[in-house]
This record gives sequence, structure tokens and C-alpha cells, in this order.
Amino acid sequence: MTGTPGLPRDLPARTEAEVIGTSPIERTAAEEALDLDLEHELMTINMGPHHPATHGVLRLLVSLQGEIVRDLKPVMGYVHTGIEKNCEDKSYWKAIPFVERMDYLSYHFNAQVFCGAVETLLDLEVPKRAEYLRVIHMELTRIQSHLIWLGTTALDLGAMSMFFYCFRDRDRIMDLFELSTGQRMHTRYVQVGGVHEDIPVGFAEKTLQFCREFPERVDQFEALLSKNEIFLNRTRRIGVVGRERLMDLGVTGPLLRAAGEPWDLRKVAPYSSYGDFEFAIPIGTIGDGWDRYRVRVQEMRESVRIVEQALEGLPEGPWIADDRKVVLPPRHELPTSMEALIHHFKIVTEGYRVPPGEAYYPVESPRGELGCFVLADGSAKPARVHMRDPSFVNLQSLRDMCVDGYIADLIQNLAMLDPILGGIDR
Amino acid sequence: MPDAAGLELIAQELNDAHSGSVRGTYHEHGQACLIVEPDRVLDVLGWLRDTPGQEYRFLASLHGVDYLPATPRFGVVYELLNMPRVERLRVRAAVADPGGGELPEVPSVVSMFPTADFQEREVYDFFGIVFRDHPDLRRILMPEDYVGWPQRRDFPMGGEPVIFTRDEAETPGWYE
Repeated sequence: MTGTPGLPRDLPARTEAEVIGTSPIERTAAEEALDLDLEHELMTINMGPHHPATHGVLRLLVSLQGEIVRDLKPVMGYVHTGIEKNCEDKSYWKAIPFVERMDYLSYHFNAQVFCGAVETLLDLEVPKRAEYLRVIHMELTRIQSHLIWLGTTALDLGAMSMFFYCFRDRDRIMDLFELSTGQRMHTRYVQVGGVHEDIPVGFAEKTLQFCREFPERVDQFEALLSKNEIFLNRTRRIGVVGRERLMDLGVTGPLLRAAGEPWDLRKVAPYSSYGDFEFAIPIGTIGDGWDRYRVRVQEMRESVRIVEQALEGLPEGPWIADDRKVVLPPRHELPTSMEALIHHFKIVTEGYRVPPGEAYYPVESPRGELGCFVLADGSAKPARVHMRDPSFVNLQSLRDMCVDGYIADLIQNLAMLDPILGGIDR
Repeated sequence: MPDAAGLELIAQELNDAHSGSVRGTYHEHGQACLIVEPDRVLDVLGWLRDTPGQEYRFLASLHGVDYLPATPRFGVVYELLNMPRVERLRVRAAVADPGGGELPEVPSVVSMFPTADFQEREVYDFFGIVFRDHPDLRRILMPEDYVGWPQRRDFPMGGEPVIFTRDEAETPGWYE
């Protein structure tokens, strides 16, 4: 290692210094291109994996020229737990809690896509009431996921109190889940064929009360942020990626809608009784951080409308399909019916068999298209479960958002991207 | 989704345009799938993307499947989407296992669909399917020094030793 001419002591030149992350396999392309050009002082630094602003265990390899980001490469896999592989060793109904833990903020959506794919393979009809209950829980999940996003994003931009306000309201939704399912997170409420239980007495009133109060809370959030000069300066015209480029990168969800593309699977391909409800799809104009913020905040209002409509139009009837080969028999039948006991025993021990075939089932999660591919080989365990996680695919657009911007805007862009590392790494 | 007749029509037209590219089709649960030759994936996806009347321009998902014990063993599945018509079409490249420690190869579609970048790396990571001409084919979720292709069906479940400090006596120097 030779010294730089002109320096008083024999110090190694900065470009030759050993920087963490410049092992032969972990280099950004811009760094390699500029490697021989000593005129440029390009510094590659690690951001993460343990950085509060990376929203999880995400490592970013960032090449900086001064304060300007010249290249960026996400490195992930730090919380990979092999959930897809583990599902192959579980019977279908035991895989539901596993998939719920992938994207830990949208657990009802994860369960819904997996159950939807299995129901497609079984050609199982889901009762109308179950569809409505699923929609209610999914939309409440969307609100709480967006609340966490709003709180952490505002925190990243310096608005500390937003974090507490958002978590306070999120806790009310958690309380509602606890009331209806017994759990606050990872509720295992969605089952193949319907939902686990009917909603208890009082759930509808409490949820409607929440729905009445929540739009006012959103007004308060907007009053805090929407005209805040710091927030505006940090988000407006930052991280703009064109609509066409986003679609080439496979980006879906609020990011794509903020760029002006009204693509929402709930509207264009209504699954699970979404066709019964009236709601709007908020879209942005240019797709900067400000548009992404506006789209998500507006989506919370629309979700409230859907929950209200679903609760008011909640049909009577069973909440789970009446197929004894797939669905556990009601608990009260077990002491009196031998047949019910045998079915119960068979489902709990072996599980149910799914005829061979493969199905892909997409839904609109808070982050975009969440799809589940299930391959059945005729046994009681899936031969392959693959989740097309929106965070994983959307993360590819981070480089386009950040390159040639300031490093402070990188934090804003990442927050507006709303990645959930549990979903990315699975 | 194209219906069963529409799927046959697509397969027919594809075979006319690129002879021998489509190996078979199936239509089940209202979902349509084309099974194609792995070496012709670029032809097939390019045709489906650019031909007027098809225009499957959005690659919703790309994933690998291990069909062991069936042959050909692997499948690389492309879930295509036509956004204006809201039609989905699945294309599966039926990839044979060359055996003997060699890795199967499929051409990369990153040049056509930039979204395939991470997803092809994921398939490579878990199934050991090499994507020819991929700009940066490395493991993505598993550690880069990992040996083996964990999502293959013959890869054992629970094959990872979990090492705790108390096992120091049995496996000295485990922390290195």
C-alpha cells in the first residue's frame, strides 16, 4: 500500500484504505467503475443492519461522494428463517401460523393469501359472512400497518410525537383483535374455509365507535404533518421514480398508486367480497415522498369506510364452510357424535389432503401485491409454498429513488418505501 | 385469465412463431399455464409481452419449484399479468436436472423484466438454478458462504446444527 503524494506522513490513501464491505463480492458497481479514478473520493459505508432507520435488519451498502449517494445496494437475509421450507413439513392447517409471521404487520393478509390459495386448490366455497369478517379484519390490519408506517416515518423525519399518537390508535385496533380473536398479533383468525370464530357480542359496536372516531384522528395527523414546513421540505419532489420504471421494477401498492397508476387488486379483481363495498382508490401525481404519504393517509380513511360498510351489511349465517373433511367440527358435537370425533381426530393428526395442483392467489396487502403460490402433491402437506412479498420486490426500486440524492433523503425514501424485513427475508 | 380454448390458441400461435417452444398447457381452477422449453423462455416471454393482443407486460412473480420425483425436476414459474385486461398467465419453464453436481441453467429475463433481478437471485439461492446472463447472480437470503440448495425437496429439514455455548466441549472452536 503506497502513500498519497503530498501528505505529510506516510498515510494510506483513502481510496485504498480498507473499508468495511469492500470484499470482492460486496461492492457497488459505481465503486468499481470509479476505483481507478483517484480524483473521486468515493466512500462506501454500511448502513445497518442495526440502524433504527432501516425499519428492521436491512443492510444498505451506500457509496457516497460527500453527502451525495452515488450508488446503493441492499443486502438482506439477516432474519431469514426458512418459513417457506418449514411450511413443506407442516400440514396445511398448521402452516397458517407460520405464514402469518412473514410480514408481521399484515398477518391477516398473509393468512388470507395462503388460505385463499388452498381454497382454490380445494374448490372450497367460503360463506359470505366469513368473507365479510375477513374483510373487516384485513382492513383493520391495513389501518394499523399504515399507522406504524406513519409513526415510524414521521419519527425518521424528526416528528417524535407522531409516533406516540399513531401507536395509541394502533393499540385500539390491537384491542379489537384481542376481543374478536383472543390475540393481538398473529391471530390465526383466518382459516381454510372461513374464519375461526364468529365475532363476539360488543365487537361490532366497539369497531363502529372506532370507525366514527378514527377519521377525526386522521385529521389531527394531517394537521400535524401536512402543512409542516420541515415535513414538506423533506418529502416534496424527493425520491421520484416514473410510473413506467416502477412497473418495470414490479412495484405495486401505494408506491405505484402515488405515481398515478390506479392499480388496486381490491378494485380491479375483487376477491373476498370486495366487490360489495364502495370505496375510492387514492392516487398521487408525480410519485414523490409527499404523494406516498398522502396516498397512505387517504387509504386509512377508505379502509374505515370499508369496515363500516362490512359491519352494517354483515350477513347472517355460518362463518366457516360446512365441509367436515377440511373444517374442524364444532366443539360441542365432540362429546356426542362419534363421527365428529373421528373427523376432529383425523384433521388434527394427519390434516386434510389437497388434490394435486398448483394455484397462485394474489391480494392487495398494505404494501402491494401479496401473492401465494401453493403446489399440492396430493398429500396433507404442501409441496411448495412461495410468497411473493411486496416488500421484497419493491425494495428493488430503492436504488432508483436514492441515487444522486442526499443521504438524508435516503432515510426518507426508505421510510416511504415501507419495507418489512420479516416479509423480505421470510 | 385466458379460458381453456384461449390458452390453446396462445400455445398454437406461440408454436407457430417459435416452433417447439411450448411443451404443454394446463388449465385448472380457472388458472392458465403454459409449460415451455427452458432455453426458449426469452422468446416466449418476449412474444407474450410484445405481440398485440397478448401484451403481458407485468411480471408479477418469479419463483422456483422442485417437482421431485417428477421429470423434468424443476420449474421456474413466471406469473405474468396484463394490467389493462386484468388477465394472469402462468408460464413455467420445465428445467431438467443435469445431475452429477451440475446446476441446471435458464436464461435470465432481467433485461426484459428488471423486476426479475432479486427474484432470480432468490431462485438461484434456494434451488441452485443458474440464470445465464444475470448481472449479479449471488445468494440473496442465505449467507454467501452457504453450501447447498435448501429449498430442494431432497435437502433435509432441520439440517442446520444449532450451536450454543454449552456445546463448546463437543464442538471446540465453534465460534470461529
